[in-house]
Formats: sequence, C-alpha cells, structure tokens
Amino acid sequence: MRFGVLIGGLVALTVALFAASLVTGPARTGMGAGLLALLRDDGGPLTLVMREIRLPRALLAVMVGASLGLAGAAMQGYLRNPLAEPGLIGVSGAAALGAVLAIQTGLAAAIPLGLPLAALTGAAVAVLLILMLAGPRGSSLTLILAGIAISALAGALTSLVLNLSPNPFAANEIVFWMMGSLADRSFTHVWIALPFMALGWGMLATLGRGIDAMTLGEDAAEAMGIRLTRLRLTLVGGTAAAVGAATAVAGAIGFVGLVVPHILRPLVGAQPSRLLPASALGGAVMVLAADLAVRLILPERDLKLGVLTALVGAPLFLHLIYKTRREIA
Amino acid sequence: MRAGRHIAGWLGRLRPGLLAALLTAPLAAGAQSPSRVVSMNLCTDQLAMLLAGDDQLISVSHLARDHRSSAMAEQAEGYPINHGRAEEVFLLAPDLVVTGVFSAAVASDMLERLGIRVERFAPASSLEDVRTNLTRMGAFLGREAAAAEMLARFDADLARLSAEVETRPRAALYAPNGYSSGDRTLAGEILAAAGFANIAAEIGYSSGGILPLEVLVMRQPDLVITSERFPAASRAEELFDHPALDPQAAPRTSHDWVCGTPFVLRAVAQMAEARRVLEAK
Repeated sequence: MRFGVLIGGLVALTVALFAASLVTGPARTGMGAGLLALLRDDGGPLTLVMREIRLPRALLAVMVGASLGLAGAAMQGYLRNPLAEPGLIGVSGAAALGAVLAIQTGLAAAIPLGLPLAALTGAAVAVLLILMLAGPRGSSLTLILAGIAISALAGALTSLVLNLSPNPFAANEIVFWMMGSLADRSFTHVWIALPFMALGWGMLATLGRGIDAMTLGEDAAEAMGIRLTRLRLTLVGGTAAAVGAATAVAGAIGFVGLVVPHILRPLVGAQPSRLLPASALGGAVMVLAADLAVRLILPERDLKLGVLTALVGAPLFLHLIYKTRREIA
Repeated sequence: MRAGRHIAGWLGRLRPGLLAALLTAPLAAGAQSPSRVVSMNLCTDQLAMLLAGDDQLISVSHLARDHRSSAMAEQAEGYPINHGRAEEVFLLAPDLVVTGVFSAAVASDMLERLGIRVERFAPASSLEDVRTNLTRMGAFLGREAAAAEMLARFDADLARLSAEVETRPRAALYAPNGYSSGDRTLAGEILAAAGFANIAAEIGYSSGGILPLEVLVMRQPDLVITSERFPAASRAEELFDHPALDPQAAPRTSHDWVCGTPFVLRAVAQMAEARRVLEAK
C-alpha cells in the first residue's frame, strides 16, 4: 500500500509542477486567464502562447525527465551499481554527438525522424560500449572509467563538429548540447521525440522481473528463467531510444537518472522493479522543477537545465563515490 | 522595388564618375591625399571602395568578399584582401589604415606604434552616422567632392523614400537567438524611415535586447523581420521556424542592413515595399 501512496504522491507532484510550468513565462499572463486560454481558443495571442510555446515545453519536461529517470533506474538495476547514469557514463553525450552530426550534415532536415534516429544511434553505441567495457557485473571502477572516456570523446567530437560548422551561431551552442535546455521548443520537438520515447519506456518497463531476479546474481536469475542476453538487449534498446530522443530535443541533461533513483530507492524497499515507475515520475518532477527554476531565477539569461541538475547531483555523486570507495580501492 | 533599383543604378554608375572626378580634382588637394590605403573592417571597406580614387585603395578585409555581410562582395573581388593582422597590413606599406573602433584593436594599435596613420570608425547606429561616416571617409581620402556628391544623393533619396505615412504597421526585427534591435540603432532607423513602428521600442528596448518569443507573440506584430540564414543549421535560427510565429513570407535583413553606408537606402526601399504589400492586404 505504501508503494501506491508513493506513486500517487509523485503523480500529484508532477501534475502540480506541470500546471506551474504552464503559468510561468516572460509574458506576464494571469494564472486563470492563461489556463482558460489553453482550454478554450480565444482567437488571441494568449492561446497561441499557451498552446504553442508553454504546453510543448511543459510536456517535454515531463517526457525528458521520465526518460532520464527511468533509464537511470533500469541501468542501475541491471548493473547493480548506483553510479550508472546515462549522463555520467556518456550515453547522453554520445546522443548529443549523434544529434549534432545529423543537424550539421543536413540529415535532420532531409529525413523527418533523422534527428532522433541519429541521437538514438549515438546513445546505443555508448550503452553497448559501456556494457562491454564495464562487464556484466559493472564494477564501479570500470564503469566510471569507461564513462569518463566515452563522455570526453563524445564531448570533444561534439565541440569539433560545431566549431567546423559554417554557421557562426553553431559554435555558441556547445553549451546547449552539453547542459540542455527547453527554451523555445515546440510541438515539432514533442512529435519527433514521442515515438522513440514511448518505445523506450515500453522496453524498459518490461525489465522489472528481470532486474528483480538480478539482485540475486546472474546465475540465480538464469535459474529463474531470465534470459540474460535478451534482458541486456532490451536494456540497450530501451535506454538508447529514451535517452537518445530526450537528448535530441533537449540536449544532455545530467544527474537526473542518478539523483532520482537514489532518493526513491529506500521508499520502494530497494526493489528494482518498483523503482522503475517511481523513477520515471521522479525524473519528470525533477526536470519540471529545474525548468521552472531557470525561468524564475534569471529568466533573461536562459540558464541551462544541466547546470541546476549538476548542482544538486554532483554532491550526491561525490557522496556515492565516498560510500563505495572500498569497492573502488 | 523601383526605388531599390534606382539606387543600385546610381551606385553602379558611380565608378566611372569617380574616375572623372579624380582626373579633374584640384592638384592641391591631391598632394595631401594618401595613395596607399588599407581597410581592415567590413564597413570601412565599403565606404573606402565607394569613395576611393583609382589605385588609392590597395587592400580590403576578407569579410568584404562575403555576400552575407558585404553589400559590395563583387567589387571586393577586385582588391587584394587582408585578415586584419598587423604584420600583413604593415608589409603592404600603407600610408593610411582605416578600420573599425572594435575590429582588430590590437593590430591597429600596433600599426600606429609603427608610425602608420590609423583612422577608426565607430559602428553606425543611425542614419545620421551614415552621413558622418561618408563625410569623414571623404576627408581622409582627400575625396571631399565625391563624398559631398554622394551625400547629396543620399539625402535626396532618403527624403523621397521616407514619405509621410498615415498609419505605421508594427514590426519586430528578430535576429538569431531572439535579439531585437531597438529604435536607436541603424536597423531601427531603417525600419522607422520605411514607415514602421518598432515592437522593441514599444517594450522599452532602445538599443536592443533578447525578446522572448512569448513576449513577441503577445504583442501581435504585423510583421516579423528575421535575418538571412547561414548555411548548415543552428538552434539560434531554428527559432524562426517556431509554429507560434506566423509563417508569413516576411522580408529578411540582408547585407544592406549591416553597415552604415548608402546601401541602407536599399534596405529602406525593401521595407517600404513590404509596408505597401502589408497595407494592400
């Protein structure tokens, strides 16, 4: 019953922050008037602002947050390591590289779903590399070292591609791809991301039984009828689809998949399958809150979401490393 | 666009005219004129190309050949280019260097220390600055007569283009990243001369600033003037495709808007035409 209460609470929090996101923005609109204009077309500019600017932004915050939280919880469950997070281990960075390549080569403009497909490919390569390098047990040391290498390489190549772009504005956008933002996104971005995210969520949601069994060890899991290869491939595909699509539209936002499962793990009795839906909702809450904060703290500066999530997440990351230092040493 | 063609026409006819002016110029003035002029800035490049006598200007900056920024890219093909570096400019042995206040400041300081005369031009922020720049460039080059003639043309054409308007449609200049120029800028004055009210000025941006998309939409502009796109893509320009902006065939700012030269009159003509199209609807 406690799990039901937790999920209910997270849903309520998501709905409240979603509504707050809808009524927050540089155009000062009354709260009631804004929500009314969203529901009923008043033929004026307010409906346009609510439906074409604020609604897609709030929807994307939920979608991106859910993808990152879910992917973090799934990777941690599979690797049985609380440090596995798409941003930290280079999956988001590789997705950003794929997205930047698609945009600068013209692939994104030529093929309707070229952008998310390229980001998905980048993310998939990174997850495969991580699983290969870190090994099935995912020891913290190899996981983090592999993650550092992949992040650094993806980041450097992203900078290189943007620096070589004939577009003078592209180089300034390195910070968007490294830190993420939802400013001025539209329904175009919702529609190109949603199919891949839905696919990713669907795949990751099926992992529950498998990662529960994995807590007993691989041999025990296999004895319980879990097919490890299939579990692994589902994890790779689901993470790549969800994180790839999220990064393609919002840039790389780190630490969401680390902070959210860490906070929620004790509340679900450390059961990996229950952590999946809880982390999806928790991720949505975290990104919605961060996106509200960037608009409230310094609205004219277009602060990046990844800055806020890192300010919360990095100290926690250091704490986790401290806790697992015996294993690393 | 008739006015635009007219201006392009007289600018095209200018060079033979200048040649004649040079040949008949009083020798007394010619004795003082610099004979090896190097320009290191996109805007001084164009002013110098417009006013210099034959063989007086020996190099322009590489940006002068860029169609996106330079209104005289074809003419610039006829000049050797420099990249604003002190060493290459010094080796050209100029007796006058013209440049912008902010461009290649270290290089121009160094050239000055090496004993070369350097004259700096501030970026034009009004149509009046265009007049000042023309006169100054004419004086530095010893081409006062040509400058005065061009100035008279400029004043006459501007007066003809900026006819009285009864209603002013409201327009916003929307550059990449949502930067909007206010009324106390060159682009803002081009817009005003063409008979538009500036949304940025309504909001209180006199020099300009980032105009959030939703603030722009709430102001319900009659026209949103974006800028010409660069190759490849950027998020900064992706903003122009946002569905909340009316996908109208709005005019875009071009190389005519960049510098304080008489080419700004083509921009005024372009916008005056856009206003007539808007009013015909």
